[in-house]
Amino acid sequence: MSKDADVIVIGAGIVGAACAHALAQAGQRVLVLDDHRGGATAAGMGHLVVMDDNPAELALSHHSLEQWRGWVPHMPADCAWSACGTLWLAANAPEMDAALEKQARLQAYGVAAEMVSASALQALEPVLRKDLTGALKVPGDGLVYAPNAAQWLLNQYPQAIQVRQVAAVDVEEPRVRLSTGEWLKADAVVLASGIYATQICPELPIRPKKGQLLITDRYPGTVHHQLVELGYVTSAHHAQGPSVAFNVQPRPTGQLLIGSSRQFDDTSVDLDPHMLARMLQRAQHYLPGIGDLNAIRCWTGLRAATPDSLPILGAHPQRPHLWLAVGHEGLGITTAPGSAQILAALMTGATPPLDPAPYSATRFAELS
Amino acid sequence: MSTQTPTHTLTVNGQTIAVAHGTTVAAALAIAGNGVSRISVSGQARAPVCGMGVCQECRVWVNGQRRLGCQTLCAAGMEVVSTHNTALGQML
Repeated sequence: MSKDADVIVIGAGIVGAACAHALAQAGQRVLVLDDHRGGATAAGMGHLVVMDDNPAELALSHHSLEQWRGWVPHMPADCAWSACGTLWLAANAPEMDAALEKQARLQAYGVAAEMVSASALQALEPVLRKDLTGALKVPGDGLVYAPNAAQWLLNQYPQAIQVRQVAAVDVEEPRVRLSTGEWLKADAVVLASGIYATQICPELPIRPKKGQLLITDRYPGTVHHQLVELGYVTSAHHAQGPSVAFNVQPRPTGQLLIGSSRQFDDTSVDLDPHMLARMLQRAQHYLPGIGDLNAIRCWTGLRAATPDSLPILGAHPQRPHLWLAVGHEGLGITTAPGSAQILAALMTGATPPLDPAPYSATRFAELS
Repeated sequence: MSTQTPTHTLTVNGQTIAVAHGTTVAAALAIAGNGVSRISVSGQARAPVCGMGVCQECRVWVNGQRRLGCQTLCAAGMEVVSTHNTALGQML
């Protein structure tokens, strides 16, 4: 049986697209399978944000953002790149201390980050509530419209990347069985289908973390930066129970995209009005006038969360020829480029741009 | 038995029209010859589609507030403006 490609990538979201792109760059012939059901890439906010909960996250997000900044000048306008930067908002003295600590961590890593006083913050974003203590500005952050960015990545190497709209239902590596019953063969298979990867690999230690978003009508010039509460790190990121945090983006269309909520193990795509209300109350707490805006749509999505919030990148420890690029939780758009480079390097024997150890599947007992 | 249907006089994009009681703002736009309710982000003309408040294509200004044209009944003295006829950008 002749092979259908050098590598089959399952999932055409941002992570699968970036993996296909990196593998094509490394000279591989790639077949990408996607069933168009829409995953976290289609549902997410598309933020490109340096995150620093731990050194491995900082290394991956910082390296990835440099890749993004290299890509975006070449992307078409419909990828909606915006170099808006992030303002991490401090509501009180302890959060201001947290901002200073964050600034020190980022600067030590070479990431530009500047403190913004309360009065300077009001000048930057006049619609914020007036009693905030200040903010940390990270000017290198930005945002994209991720579905189009993924499509752009897949289009970059038309000779090397082929995309097929079909559901992959089983892997007996290095073969993939389709919903049509057909088997496809390659040298290696990459699983990059977010939370749906558990349907093919139930042993993966990833859990759905549902999120809800709301987008408004167009109100250009209302806010200028991505606005995130510093409490985000403590109130939402590490929480086990349902949580909300204030996160608003000024989309290039003039719309405001409002997040964010987190609920574990709810796999329904239904809106949860209670969580949505909590999320919007949180947004109103920071942007008092936001309730007067016209919302035009809200939706849900599922993040694929690992126990330590880092993605799983590299070989499946028990299944030769099966490679994993999953578990990016809420940071998949940001970290897709670095994740793909690490995976492609491991697969082709090249030197990864970062130490791949923190992202290895062997860190989980279920997989080692 | 015949009764005179009450009418309301309102302005649609500056044009004064009279419509029957019970007419929606979306219908008033069409009556006024303004089939285009708004312009999409990519510059395409949009018109009301669903008539039930779901498609969001009939978003218009009604007396200075954003409303769904298909879910709003005309009233006397109402001022209706298509969103592409106004400066986008209403500060909070």
